[in-house]
Amino acid sequence: MNQSPHNSWLHRFAVLTALATLTLLGIGGLVTSHGAGMAVPDWPTSYGYNMFALPFHFWKGGVFYEHSHRLVASGVGMLTMILAVWLWFSETRRWMRWLGVIALVAVVLQGVLGGLRVVWFKDQIGIIHATLAQLFFALVCAIALFTSRWWVERRPPARLNGGLEQAGSETGAPLRWLFLSTTILIFLQLIIAATMRHEHAGLAISDFPLAHGKLWPDMSDAAVERYNQQRMEVVSLKPITTFQIGLQMAHRIVAVMILIGVAACAWRGAKTQLRRLTFTWLGLILVQIALGVWTIWSNKAADVATAHVLVGAFSLVTGVLGCIICNARLAGNKTPHVVGDSQCSTIRTVSV
Amino acid sequence: MKLNQTLVVVAGLAAALQIATAGNVTGKITLKGTPPPEAPIPQAKENADCGKLLTAVPTTQHWVVSSKAELANVVVVIKGVAGAKSTGDAAAPALMDQVGCIYTPTILAVQTGQKITVKNSDPVMHNVHTRPNVAGNDEMNKAQFAKGPDLTFAFSKPEDFLKFQCDVHSWMFSWVTVVDHPYFAVTDKDGNFTIKDVPPGKYKIVATHRKAAPKGMESDIEVKADGGKADFTLEVPAK
Ligand SMILES: [Cu+2]
Repeated sequence: MNQSPHNSWLHRFAVLTALATLTLLGIGGLVTSHGAGMAVPDWPTSYGYNMFALPFHFWKGGVFYEHSHRLVASGVGMLTMILAVWLWFSETRRWMRWLGVIALVAVVLQGVLGGLRVVWFKDQIGIIHATLAQLFFALVCAIALFTSRWWVERRPPARLNGGLEQAGSETGAPLRWLFLSTTILIFLQLIIAATMRHEHAGLAISDFPLAHGKLWPDMSDAAVERYNQQRMEVVSLKPITTFQIGLQMAHRIVAVMILIGVAACAWRGAKTQLRRLTFTWLGLILVQIALGVWTIWSNKAADVATAHVLVGAFSLVTGVLGCIICNARLAGNKTPHVVGDSQCSTIRTVSV
Repeated sequence: MKLNQTLVVVAGLAAALQIATAGNVTGKITLKGTPPPEAPIPQAKENADCGKLLTAVPTTQHWVVSSKAELANVVVVIKGVAGAKSTGDAAAPALMDQVGCIYTPTILAVQTGQKITVKNSDPVMHNVHTRPNVAGNDEMNKAQFAKGPDLTFAFSKPEDFLKFQCDVHSWMFSWVTVVDHPYFAVTDKDGNFTIKDVPPGKYKIVATHRKAAPKGMESDIEVKADGGKADFTLEVPAK
C-alpha cells in the first residue's frame, strides 16, 4: 500500500473533534429551541466582557445556552485548527490535507455567521448557520472515517462488490444511487427543518397526524389568522404564516419519502456488507420520526426538539458516510486514493 | 405679511376652539364566548432567579376578562381625525416595567416619537429586544442589569402590536401599538376606555385585541362637543 500509514492518534483526534462537534450541535440546537439566540446582545464580546471572562453570575436562563454555545464553539474551532495542521503535515494523501483546510475554513465561516446573526438581527443567517453546522459535522466524521484503520487498510473490495452486485441484480436498483438520493433528500429535509426552526414561529401545525384538524390544512388567510388567534403562546413566537404551514407539510411528506428511501436501502443492503450500516440508518430514521411526532405532541418541548435535531444530524452523517463507503468500495482498487472525489458513476467500471 | 399673521391667528383660534369643544370618547368592550384557559409558565417558577420573585407558577395573559365578561388589553383607535398629528415628542413617556420576570403591562399603546421607558424592578438581569415588522422602526437588543437604569425606546412609524421580548427569559414578552396621532386608548381590567379630547366630527373607531375576533372591529362614531360613546362586543374565535 502506498497510502499514509495509519496514524491511530490522528484518527482518535478526528473522532474527538467529531464528538466535540456533536456536543456543539446539541448546544446550538438548545439555543434555538429555547429561543436564546439573542440572549447575549453583543458579539464577539459578551455583555461587554471578553467572552472567556464573562462572570458566572451572568450564566443564567437564555444566557447559559448562548454563552455555552459560544465557548464550546471556540473549543471546536481550536480542535479543528489542530486537526487541519496535523493533517497538513502528516498526510501523504493530498486531498486529505485539503479536506483539513476546508474544515478549518468552514468552522471559521460558521463562527462568523453565528456572530453576524446576533449583531445583524437576521434570523435567515440562522438557517445557513444550522445547515452549515451539520455539513461541518459530516465533514469531520468523514475525516474520522478516512483516518480510520478500517478505511486505510481496506479489505479487497471483491467480496463487497460481489455482495453489492448480487444485491443489485436481485432488485434491479443499484444501492449506491439509493444511498445518494436518500442522503440528498435528508439534506433537503435539513434545509426545510432549519428554515422552520429559524423562523421562530413555533409549531406551524400543532396537531399530528392531522394538520389543523384536516388531512390537508386550510391555508387561507382567514384560517391562518384564526390559528394565530387560537394559539396560547407561552414563549415569544412569531405569528405563523401560510408559508410555514406549507413548509411543515413538506417536512412531513419528505419524511415519508426518506423513510421509503432508507427502508429500500436496508432491504437492498441486507445481503451486502453494508447491512449493519443500512439497518442502523433505518433505526435512526424510525427514532427520528418518533421524535418528530413527539416534538409536535409536546408542543415543541426544547429537549425533544433538540433531540430531533441531533438524530437528524446522525441520519445525515450516516447517509454521507454510506455514500462514501459504497462508492469507494465499488470504485475498487483502481482509484484507492481518490475516494474523496470518486463519484457513483465510477461503478460502471466494476459492475460490468 | 399681514395676511400671514392673520391666518396664523385664525388658525390658532380655531385650534383653541377645537380643543375647547373637544370631548372624551368612552366605551366598553365585552367578550362573547369562553376563552381557552391560560397556559401555565412552569419555566418561570423553575428559573433560579425569577422563581424566587414569584409566589406561584404564573400563567399567560392572553385573555384578561372580568367576571362580567369585560375585556382588557383591547387597543381602541379613532381614525380619520382631520389634521391629526402625533404629539409624541411632547408627550410624557409611557412606562413598561419588568416585575417578577413578567412585563407589565402586556399591552401598551403609544404615539410615534413618544418615549417608552422600560424599567427593571427585578434583581435579575433582562435584555429588552424589540421585534418590529414595519420598516423604519428599529430592532434593538439592550441588556438591562438587575435594577439597572431605565432604557428608553421610541418608534417613528405606526405599527400594531410591536413585540418586546427578553431572550434571557423566553416567556417574557409584551406588545406596544404605535399610533401616529393621540386618539387611542387601551381598555382597563373592566373593559373600559377613554380617548381624551377628540374634536367633534364623524370618524371610524377600531377595536383590536390580539386574540379576539374580528381582528380590528370597526364602527362609525360621531363625536359631539361633549364627546361620544362606542361599545364593542368581540368574540372568542370559533374553532
Ligand atoms: Cu428577562
